[in-house]
Amino acid sequence: MDALVSILLSAAAATGVTVGLAALLLVAERVLISYGQCAVDINDGAKRLDVKGGQTLLSTLKSEGIFIPSACGGRGTCAYCKVKVLDGGGPIVPTELPLLSPEEVRDNVRISCQIKVRNDMRLAIPEELFSIREFIGTLERVRDLTHDIKELTIRLVDPEIIEFRPGQYIQIEAPAYGDNPEPVYRAYSISSSPSMRDRIELVVRRVPNGICTTWVFDRLREGDPIRLNGPYGEFRLSDDASKKMIWIAGGSGMAPFWSMIRHMQEQGIERDCTYFFGAVTPRDLFYVEELARLSEELPWFRFVPALSGKDLPDWEGEKGLITEVVDRHIQDGSDKEAYLCGSSGMIDASIKVLRAKGIPEDRIYYDKFN
Amino acid sequence: MTPALSILAQEPISAAPSAGLMIILISAALTDNILLTRFLGMCPFLSVSKQLKSAFGMGLAVVFVVTCTTVLNFWVYRYLLVPLEPYGVPAESLKLILFIVVIAGFVQFMEMLIERVSLGLYFSLGIFLPLITVNCAILGASLFMVINVTSKGFDTLDVLMFGFGTGLGWFIAIMLLSGIRQRLKKANIPPALEGPGITLIITGIMAMAFVVFQGMIKI
Repeated sequence: MDALVSILLSAAAATGVTVGLAALLLVAERVLISYGQCAVDINDGAKRLDVKGGQTLLSTLKSEGIFIPSACGGRGTCAYCKVKVLDGGGPIVPTELPLLSPEEVRDNVRISCQIKVRNDMRLAIPEELFSIREFIGTLERVRDLTHDIKELTIRLVDPEIIEFRPGQYIQIEAPAYGDNPEPVYRAYSISSSPSMRDRIELVVRRVPNGICTTWVFDRLREGDPIRLNGPYGEFRLSDDASKKMIWIAGGSGMAPFWSMIRHMQEQGIERDCTYFFGAVTPRDLFYVEELARLSEELPWFRFVPALSGKDLPDWEGEKGLITEVVDRHIQDGSDKEAYLCGSSGMIDASIKVLRAKGIPEDRIYYDKFN
Repeated sequence: MTPALSILAQEPISAAPSAGLMIILISAALTDNILLTRFLGMCPFLSVSKQLKSAFGMGLAVVFVVTCTTVLNFWVYRYLLVPLEPYGVPAESLKLILFIVVIAGFVQFMEMLIERVSLGLYFSLGIFLPLITVNCAILGASLFMVINVTSKGFDTLDVLMFGFGTGLGWFIAIMLLSGIRQRLKKANIPPALEGPGITLIITGIMAMAFVVFQGMIKI
């Protein structure tokens, strides 16, 4: 009996002190860390937010639907969430300093997860970030393109419409399952045309033991809900229409170009373009008939599929590594620009070939898969 | 024995009743310096002492937090744990858990309060507070306080002085080291010893100077 009393008393004492402190902290959070309404002005009046102060700038913007890229979850290590704070950011916090260069400090760049909204603020945020949203969609259709590549068609439910530029990517959230304790995000280029605003298509290649692709291939069924966020990315057609374009892709690197070519066809954008697509064997090819048809219809577009495998008696197209094929086809690169999408090995090898052909590095645009 | 050392061999100076608080302060700050004689709170001591300004902020934050938490923990110990001891509550082992909880809660509360009251103070002192939660000198001060309470019958005022003295001692130590490190910037240090190496050696020499006086004042 005595033992029981002493155990209960000990537990009560420990719990009492802890609960008391926790209550004090909760009250303090309510009373002390509240800064009332703050007005946040973005891009000189382009957008005005009335928000409750006290949270970090990053999470405040997120709750208002403005997604600043962030990889570390607000711990102040990745330095992706930089935002220009023109007014009202307060002094630079010591935890920001290691992440900012002297030029950035001079330009009022701040780490938005490390500063709090305490008063009215004026920010400058790149326009593209406004269109980044979180989407809930439904997987409408899954189609096998090859033995290890699938085409997903996702109908958007909330919000129902997406605006993006061809070449941009979105992130899929693969929820926690099996041995994977928390949701992970993986980026996929959008392969559909921007004109189809209520749906997007993705080209997903199975990565052996990949968390997200295993989920997509083995667990995800037609009709299942799927969470996305985006669009992101700077990979897009340049504004200089005078240059002839070279596109080089391998595997699921097809996706951004499949979006671009259909966008150009719909919009009547006529720019000289040669599309080199590399694969190993005929069973790794997809969208080939559609692209061959396009290259007949569009005088400015040529599609060059190439296979690098040995022993292909029935194959009449180009043979060899994609870099060798590009090397044979391109003579003078001085009037051209290049767009690459695929594995980093393919991209690095292609850049070498293209530079040797006289295309300067600043006219080679690429999207590497890691 | 040389004349200089014979001083040390003398009987410890005993506190006259009226000088009690002063003696507690001096012994906690100097002769029983928590950092240089007990080597507690070493981590922020080494990492924050690079710049005089941040060492000053950190030192002040420690003085403040040690003073307050030692008194708070004294109350928890004296008015909660000791009265419960006759009922079989293990005050000795429970105090460790409760002290940590009190320190963590208090530090977090102070961070919020300072941020609200004065942003200037928050940026010069408040940002060091989360670092202090895990500073073992803070917990050490509270645990030594309990020893003093049981063996010497400290009351609240004594504990306040003891806590303040302990913090002051830490403040003095980090300011000393930081001052030396300012000089080091211009010194010609062997490459292998740059940074933590030379800092630890200096700390060791400083500690020797303080350890000699350890226990000289008997409270």
